[in-house]
Amino acid sequence: MKKFRAFVKKEFYHITRDWRTLIILLGMPIIQIMLFGFAITNEIKDAKIAILDLARDEHSTVLIDKILANDYFKLEAYLTHSREIEPVFRKGKVKEVIIFEPGFGARLEKEHSANIQIIADASDPNTATMLLNYTQAIIGNYQAEQNELQHLPFSIGIHSEMFYNNELKGVYLFVPGLIAIILMLVSAMMTSISITKEKELGTMEILLATPMKPAVIIIAKVIPYLILSFINAVIILLLGFFVFHVPVHGSLLLLLLEMILFILTVLSLGIFISTATSSQQVALMASLMGLMLPTILLSGFLFPVENMPLPLQLISNMVPAKWFIIIIKGIMLKGVGLAIVWKETLILVGFMAFFILLSVKKFKPRLA
Amino acid sequence: MISIRGIGKSYGKIQALKDINIEVNAGEIFGLIGPDGAGKTTLIRILTTLLLPDTGSAQVMNLDVVKDFKLLRRDFGYMPGRFSLYEDLTVEENLELFASIFGTTISENYHLIEDIYKQIEPFKTRSAGKLSGGMKQKLALSCVMIHKPGVIFLDEPTTGVDPVSRREFWQMLHKLKQHGITIFVTTPYMDEASQCDRIALIQNGQLMSIDTPNAIVEQYKDDLYAIITDKRHGLLQDLRRYESAKSVFLFGSHIHYTDKQTQLDKPALNTYLQAHGHSQIEIRKIPPVIEDCFLALMGDLKEDAHA
Repeated sequence: MKKFRAFVKKEFYHITRDWRTLIILLGMPIIQIMLFGFAITNEIKDAKIAILDLARDEHSTVLIDKILANDYFKLEAYLTHSREIEPVFRKGKVKEVIIFEPGFGARLEKEHSANIQIIADASDPNTATMLLNYTQAIIGNYQAEQNELQHLPFSIGIHSEMFYNNELKGVYLFVPGLIAIILMLVSAMMTSISITKEKELGTMEILLATPMKPAVIIIAKVIPYLILSFINAVIILLLGFFVFHVPVHGSLLLLLLEMILFILTVLSLGIFISTATSSQQVALMASLMGLMLPTILLSGFLFPVENMPLPLQLISNMVPAKWFIIIIKGIMLKGVGLAIVWKETLILVGFMAFFILLSVKKFKPRLA
Repeated sequence: MISIRGIGKSYGKIQALKDINIEVNAGEIFGLIGPDGAGKTTLIRILTTLLLPDTGSAQVMNLDVVKDFKLLRRDFGYMPGRFSLYEDLTVEENLELFASIFGTTISENYHLIEDIYKQIEPFKTRSAGKLSGGMKQKLALSCVMIHKPGVIFLDEPTTGVDPVSRREFWQMLHKLKQHGITIFVTTPYMDEASQCDRIALIQNGQLMSIDTPNAIVEQYKDDLYAIITDKRHGLLQDLRRYESAKSVFLFGSHIHYTDKQTQLDKPALNTYLQAHGHSQIEIRKIPPVIEDCFLALMGDLKEDAHA
């Protein structure tokens, strides 16, 4: 036990003395969540829109004035025909087109109901939803104002349409996804690098020639990264909650336990990489190519798995982060408990057992 | 203390060690001497349980290096050829770490390392990576000794170290020997042979001779001559072309020469050299050193191979 403590202490020295790396490791989640977070909740300002007013009456004019009166929108083009809609989007000139149906005002007066169509460029889905929401709010406001003056309430039908990507996915997804990626990076990459570093520097040769048990060497190595990763995960959770109001609907305890499980899974993966590689560069490349890319691309973090071709969907099953993201999304956003995510949890446990077994089999108590 | 019986090891097609047999006695400094690539590191790694031999067996302190490797790893000290301590840890932290790995403390075995460690103690809060080469060696030796090993294996400890530090290092080893520690050391420097109680000469994975340095020198049968002339350039070639020459090797500014005849015909050689434009010819009989023996043994080995 004393040996173990001395060894953990040594690992902490390694980490804290390499303060540049430490700053990157601890600063990275903060910077990433800020980047991702503000890219999503960035306030809409001077978004370029086009208007196709087929009514040109009092109501439509007042409403257009109202829409343009604030800082959110900036009129880029005043269209005269629906044929012009597609080209302005294509050229990327505008993010949104608002269309008033012919006789908008008249219908509103007579029938108390009229229609507005909003088309948004959803190639950037987050901005598109934001714009849509803003526009809807303004129209809703106008409707409420008018209703105070009327006997019978007006109703303005809003028909929104998303161009290019009508299936808007996961505004909140970035927090779970980011946790998965950061944990992957810190846990797997840093452990694999730190173990291969010992091989490269020749210190592993000395350690092997001592009574230190290989398992103890590795567990001691992993503990600081377990702690570091956990701190990172908590930072992301806190930032997500306080800065971006990403809720945790489910049990916080379960969430933390699942995070530890995922960290352990990824650590075992990192150990496996280190037993299979002998230089830091190879370990780094293996971690980046073998872990980071699949995690980012196939875990459902950026691209929904359901939209992928079948072979990729099958491959995505081998990405631990995919299961973790399902679990943590479930707990955070849907508030589900272990009763729902037990299957994914079990899969992660399976991954962990598999990689530990493989590492133990591959670890040699001798050189080469 | 160490007994090596018929050890052989190959890396693919390259045979690194061929049928090595060595007995090392308790309390002696045993030197394994040979050029780079001779198989020294491979042998030391087999003895330190880090590599498995293909053939043969070896015991260190009566423990088998293959079967009892776990037990054995408690009892020996090993210093690899490359400085392999943690450069980001301080001098003291490195020493403490190795003490705790072996379940001991610095104070418990301080007497063993005192002579060595006290020279680097003023720098104990300095990180090991910032030490000079000689100080690194002292720290490494301290770390090897801190658990009071019965035998220590040092792989080329003096390679890449300045001559003063090299001499100091050997002095440290002699002091450790007085503590009753068996020392198995490898070196490519033939001139360090005299520092060892017994040596083994190794070349291309084959042992050529095992004995005390003096005995090995005494086994040198030929009369050895040092030759120098004013025309240094071309002397080596000219002598090699000399009919009666047996061996001709360059040793610094001199040529070490042996003749096929038991009695060297000095005037004949003189005339030959003069005919080839040499003057101020100096031919002096000298006692052989280990390197002469090594080169002679290497020649025998080649003849055996041809025969």
